[in-house]
Amino acid sequence: MLKGKAAVVTGSTSGIELGIARALAKVRCNIMFNGFGEASAIERERGEIATEFGVKVAFNDADLSKPTVSLKDAVAMIPEGATLMIGGFMGVGSPERVIDELVRQGKRNLTVIANDDAIPGRGIGKLVDAGLVSKTIASHIGLNRETQRKMISKKMEVDLVPQGTLIERIRAGGYGLGGVRTPTGVDTVVEEGKQRIEVNGKSYLLETALRADFAPIHSFLADYLGNLAYALIARNFNPVMAMAADTTIVAADNIVPVGVIAPDHVVTPAPLIDYLVTNG
Amino acid sequence: MIMDAQSIIAKRIASELRTGMLVNLGIGIPTLVANFVPEGIRVFFQSENGLIGTGAPPEEGMAHHTLTDAGGRPVTALPGASTFDSAMSFGLIRGGHLDLTVLGGLQVDQTGQLANWMIPGKMVPGMGGAMDLVTGAKRVIVAMQHTAKGARKIMRKCSLPVTSLRPVDLVVTELAVIAFRDGRATLLETGPGISVAQVVAATEAELVIPKTVPEMAL
Repeated sequence: MLKGKAAVVTGSTSGIELGIARALAKVRCNIMFNGFGEASAIERERGEIATEFGVKVAFNDADLSKPTVSLKDAVAMIPEGATLMIGGFMGVGSPERVIDELVRQGKRNLTVIANDDAIPGRGIGKLVDAGLVSKTIASHIGLNRETQRKMISKKMEVDLVPQGTLIERIRAGGYGLGGVRTPTGVDTVVEEGKQRIEVNGKSYLLETALRADFAPIHSFLADYLGNLAYALIARNFNPVMAMAADTTIVAADNIVPVGVIAPDHVVTPAPLIDYLVTNG
Repeated sequence: MIMDAQSIIAKRIASELRTGMLVNLGIGIPTLVANFVPEGIRVFFQSENGLIGTGAPPEEGMAHHTLTDAGGRPVTALPGASTFDSAMSFGLIRGGHLDLTVLGGLQVDQTGQLANWMIPGKMVPGMGGAMDLVTGAKRVIVAMQHTAKGARKIMRKCSLPVTSLRPVDLVVTELAVIAFRDGRATLLETGPGISVAQVVAATEAELVIPKTVPEMAL
C-alpha cells in the first residue's frame, strides 16, 4: 500500500524514528529523513537504507518545530506520479513559485485537481506546457489550447466536472464525507456511471469525495504558525483544498508575525498547514 | 439610434433587473448586460470566482491581478463588495440565493432545455459553472443571437448535449423574446423592426403566438 509513496519521518536519524523509517523502507516506501545529528552518520544510514531496500532516501535538516521548508525541499517531497490539488482560477491564486519549482525539478506523471488549467505559460498551464501532467480533473480547460491538444492526442486524460460539483467533492474530501448529493448534472452526460438518488421527490447525483497526496496552496498572508488569509478572488479553491490533502504546503505572498492576522480574519487555521515555504 | 444585435439583446435583458437582485452574468453577450443597467436600479453582480459587488473594468493602470471576473478580465469591486471561496460561491448559485443568471447559448429547445457547453468532437472546453448556474439560479435567461450562420438555434429538440434538465425561463435574441412555461415556447416580443413571420421563419421550435405581440421596448 505504501510502495512508491514518500514518507517524511521526523527525528529519523536515530532511535525509534530510525526504526520506523527502516520499516517503511522495507515495504518500498521512499523516505525523507529528517533530524539532527552527525552528517557522516546520517549519510551512512541514508545510503544503507537506500541500498538494502531499493528505495529513494533523501535527507532534510529542516527544523520542523516550525513548519517551514525551502521551496526546493518542499517540492522535493512531492514524488512523481503524485496527485496534487492546486488552487487558482485562471491562474489567479495559484502557487506560482511551487509550480515553477515543480517544472524545474521535472516532476512527471502528475494528476492535477484544479478548477481550470489556466492558459499556456501561466499557473497550472506551465505544468501542462512541460508535459508533467498525465491527468487533470477540472471544470474548464477551454482557454488552454495545450491541454485541449494533449487531450485530443490522448497524451493527457481530462476528467471534466461541473465547477460547483468539483469544489463540493473536494470539500467532502476535507470534511470527512464520502461524497455529496447534487442536482447538477441530472439527465446530462455528467450522470453517466453515477448513482442517482431521490430525496423528497427530487433527483440528485451521488458525487464522491476527492482527496490528494499534496495540496500546494497560495495565500496572501501566512503567519509563522501557518494561519492564512487570502486576497480578493485569489481565495477561490485554496482554503477548501487546504483541508483535503495528506500534506498541505503553503506558498504565501507575505509571511508575517503571529498576531498580524486577527483571529476573526484567519480563513485557514494553522493546524491545517503542514509546511510553510520560506521566502527567497 | 441603430443598435447592433448584441446591444439589443443586452439592453432588453437589463430591463429585467430589479434593485437588490443578486445576478450572475456569463461570458460574451451576457457580460454586456452590465453596461445597460437602468438608471436608479442597483443590483449585486456575482463573479463565480468569488466576488459579489463586481464593478466595471478599472481605469488604465489600476488593474490588480487578484481582482478579475470569471473570464479573467480585470474588474473593480464596488463599495459593499464581498469575497468568498468557491464552495460558498457555488452554494450561492445552487442553493437558491442567486436571483438571476444570464448565459450564452448554442441551442434552446421548445421546452426550454439549453445546450451551451460542448459540441462533441469539436469544442470540449468543460462546463465550468454553467451546469450549476442553470440548475440552481432562481431565474435563467439565455442571451444569444437568434441564428448562427443561418442555422436555427431555437429547435424542436437540442441536438447538442444539454446543460441541465431544468428549463430556462427566457431567451432573448435580436429578433425575439421567448418565454418557456409549462413545457412550451411562447413568443412575448419581437425585435426592433422585426415581424412575427420573420421570427417564425428563423425558429425551428413550435411557438405559441398570442394575438398581439409587442415590439421590444428599448
